Amino acid sequence: MMSKNNLALGQKFSVLIVDDDKIIRRIHKMLLTKFEFESHAVENGKEAVDLYISGKNFDLILMDMEMAVMDGPKATRELRSMGINNVIVGVTSRGSTSEKQAFTEAGLDYCVEKPLSSETITSLLKELAKKY
Amino acid sequence: MKASLKPPYMIALMRKLEIWVILLSTFLMETAPTAANSLMRQGYLDEQFIQLEELQDAENPNFVEEVVTMYYRDSARLIQNIEQALEKNPLDFAKLDNNMHQFMGSSSSIGAKKLKNECTQFNECCKTGNGEGCKRTFQQVKKEYAALKKKLEQYFQFSRQIGPVEKACRPK
Repeated sequence: MMSKNNLALGQKFSVLIVDDDKIIRRIHKMLLTKFEFESHAVENGKEAVDLYISGKNFDLILMDMEMAVMDGPKATRELRSMGINNVIVGVTSRGSTSEKQAFTEAGLDYCVEKPLSSETITSLLKELAKKY
Repeated sequence: MKASLKPPYMIALMRKLEIWVILLSTFLMETAPTAANSLMRQGYLDEQFIQLEELQDAENPNFVEEVVTMYYRDSARLIQNIEQALEKNPLDFAKLDNNMHQFMGSSSSIGAKKLKNECTQFNECCKTGNGEGCKRTFQQVKKEYAALKKKLEQYFQFSRQIGPVEKACRPK
């Protein structure tokens, strides 16, 4: 569910990339730039939660599942318990259905496999457009 | 938070329009097919490498090489971790599986298809607690890792000679 509080006219669509893999952060940042999105990247769930605690806000969060310090499911639960209702998309390289299911139940809106592609971003945008 | 004088429904409508404009421009955008022909035909690389090539542009003309260099720098550490873990007795299969999973994730991100398949074999041995299998499959992983590195070095050497972006038909 997209928070209307996040909407700011005249500003680019903002995405928070949460992933402990430097290569994935670089690739996803580049991919999102192609869509003319503004993106910010952090290394783990705790950094993502801290950003929100500091007052930052994003239209979309791309949350990796497995990270040190604070993993994706924990960070997602934490953000939801804080009342953050931005779209959170789980991004995982583990293909098991039960693991994805558990991650989704933590509070995700969607779960996709990484690395993301242009097609995945396009599909996500179509889903996001339906939410408005 | 910036105050807006427009009613909420207007804000939501304009955001929706913004998203549809982005979708439309992406659909209309002309994309030049690019491919690492030979490496894909030989099965070393998959579609993900093409995605990286397509992200490369005039502002980031060496993006693919940058990412691949980053990969080989970071993955050397993971390879070393796995090697050290394989020397322990008894083997910690959970740790081995975890380390290989990280390595496999990074390898997937550059489209290293053959290497990813070798990693899967290793993971299967971890799941069944097959120590000898892990050691054997890890040798294959290292062999494939080195082979891909050589191929990619040749690819980038070739790319530098012919220009910033190689346009080619994708292999059928």
